[in-house]
Amino acid sequence: MGLNDPQWGKKKGADNSPPDLDDVLRNVNKKISDIFGKKGGGGNGGSRDKGPKQGSAGGVVLLIVIMLVVWVASGFYIVSEGHRGVVLRFGQYVDTTPAGLRWHYPFPVEQVELVNVSQVRTVEIGYRNNVRSKVLKEALMITDDENIVDIQFAVQYILNNPEDYLFNNRTPDDAVLQAAESAIREVIGKSEMDYVLYEGREDVAAEATQLMQRILDRYEIGISISRVTMQNAQPPEQVQAAFDDAVKAGQDRERQKNEGEGYANDVIPRAVGNAARLIEQAEGHKARVIARAEGDASRFEQILVEYSKAPEVTRERLYLDMMEEVLSHASKIMIDQEGGNNLLYLPLDRLMQMSEPSAAPAVSNMQQQQPSMVQEAKPDTAIRGRESFRGREREIR
Amino acid sequence: MKSISSILAGIVVVLVLVGSQVIYIVDERQQALLFQLGEVVSVKTEPGLYFKIPIAQNVRYFEKRILTMDAEEPERFITSEKKNVLVDLFVKWRIVDVTQYFISVRGDEALAQTRLSQTINASLRDEFGNRTVHDVISGERDLIMEIMRQKADGDARKIGVEVVDVRLKRVDLPREVSASVYSRMEAERKRVANELRSTGAAESEKIRADADRQREVIMAEAYRDAQKTMGDGDSQAAAIYASAFDQNAEFYSFYRSMDAYRQTFKSKGDLMVLDPSSDFFKYLKEPESN
Repeated sequence: MGLNDPQWGKKKGADNSPPDLDDVLRNVNKKISDIFGKKGGGGNGGSRDKGPKQGSAGGVVLLIVIMLVVWVASGFYIVSEGHRGVVLRFGQYVDTTPAGLRWHYPFPVEQVELVNVSQVRTVEIGYRNNVRSKVLKEALMITDDENIVDIQFAVQYILNNPEDYLFNNRTPDDAVLQAAESAIREVIGKSEMDYVLYEGREDVAAEATQLMQRILDRYEIGISISRVTMQNAQPPEQVQAAFDDAVKAGQDRERQKNEGEGYANDVIPRAVGNAARLIEQAEGHKARVIARAEGDASRFEQILVEYSKAPEVTRERLYLDMMEEVLSHASKIMIDQEGGNNLLYLPLDRLMQMSEPSAAPAVSNMQQQQPSMVQEAKPDTAIRGRESFRGREREIR
Repeated sequence: MKSISSILAGIVVVLVLVGSQVIYIVDERQQALLFQLGEVVSVKTEPGLYFKIPIAQNVRYFEKRILTMDAEEPERFITSEKKNVLVDLFVKWRIVDVTQYFISVRGDEALAQTRLSQTINASLRDEFGNRTVHDVISGERDLIMEIMRQKADGDARKIGVEVVDVRLKRVDLPREVSASVYSRMEAERKRVANELRSTGAAESEKIRADADRQREVIMAEAYRDAQKTMGDGDSQAAAIYASAFDQNAEFYSFYRSMDAYRQTFKSKGDLMVLDPSSDFFKYLKEPESN
């Protein structure tokens, strides 16, 4: 009965074996007992006491062998990729094993602890899980100029020494959080607010990383800080509006400057253009007056040559030419004052109107007649001209 | 069957019992004290397998790793300028002298931490009392932590403890003071904003004024140059005219007048009232004269 008891086997050292081994053991036990049971059943009644006794002696040996095998087999363990197995023999560190199937002396001689060394671990300071779920008492920090800033950052770290990680600190992961909080506050405490919030963000993170590593190295903790990422660095909510306004003011200033530049860029080129125009016009004027002067002078000189040859005739001709041209273009009224009528009424404004090109056909008629009157230069036409004028005067009335 | 199996079972039970009484294991993370009838007979700081006399001797294990004391709530301290600050710190310590540790605090971690925090708070009060807020926050933070560590360590040795590190976490102003800090920050930002806006306006105005000035200068210079050029042209023209017309001034006057008359009576709108007795019409009246 005792042989069939699974507890029997377990006590020897199968404690540590996985469940399937238990099952195997149980099956083996059952089979053995079956065989013995058959044997016992097959023998005669008298030898009934003896048979099991012989069988159980052999069974015990077999059982011990099996239990030994199971015990030895319980020393196998698998270290998966990115992990390390730290082996302790009677509590004392003996080895660190890389990934793969490994074996150690089974319990209670050796034990193995598996440590994940490749996983990047993260602690969050000033928030949990999400930047919006702030932890204000962690996030608010005082700067060198005694302002308060609101900072959230995350620290990523990996284990670089699994033995140190396991053996030197009771709460190694908490230590990272503590070191991070202390380090960042020290760095922020030494920096001005504007530096922290704007230009110095990256530097603050880098400096905090170094300081954190120094603190942790002092604890021989086996942890290496890989990155400190600033999630957020901003003024506290209470003064956010004022800060935003100041940023806006900075942009306003830029805008105003740009508008000023824009005005300058509009005005000056325009002035340059206008100036160029003035100068070009002046050049044009100069060229024009000189050319005209030269032309006029040349013409005059040429005529003067001919004039000196026959002054009288030339003078007369020039005069007549001029008169002809003038009178052929202008409207004219001839009045013989020797006729004695000094109070002749001339409706000058009407006449002017009529002489406009857009006036009535009667006027154009008059205009046609006028040149012929002058050109023919005959006495009766002069009279006719006067009559026709009178006739026209009547028409107007 | 029954007898053999029970013998085997008996052997195993005895082995286990005796083993547990005779053998003890000290882990890497532990150190142990071996007591014999209440008296410490051996200190085991190295990990490994050890033996002891059953019943008469017993073992107590202690932590070998670095432990942390992290205050739950920040403590209030007063600086030299009588300002309150809230200080939160943590202490890293470890048991280095197990016997001493056991004797002083009966191996009770909580007791040890109370002892440590009392020492640290007292010396922190001293250090803060001699310093300004600014020193505490930034200037002498390192120094304070180092002094604290040394003081705490000196005291902790008496209970078999080494203080590895004392670090300030938060050094904050109390809530009432924070409010005034906020209002100061706000006022300061307003000042900055106003300054930015007004300097922006000023700079803009300056740029505009400068542009206007440049425009005036450019135009004035152009006008000057233009006038010079025109004057130059006019004078050259005048010289040309003078040299030509001087040859016969009387004829020029006549010739120019002809031109001027022609120009004057060019349009049809010019109305001439003529007297037939004028010289021009002399043939119109008397073809035979002259």
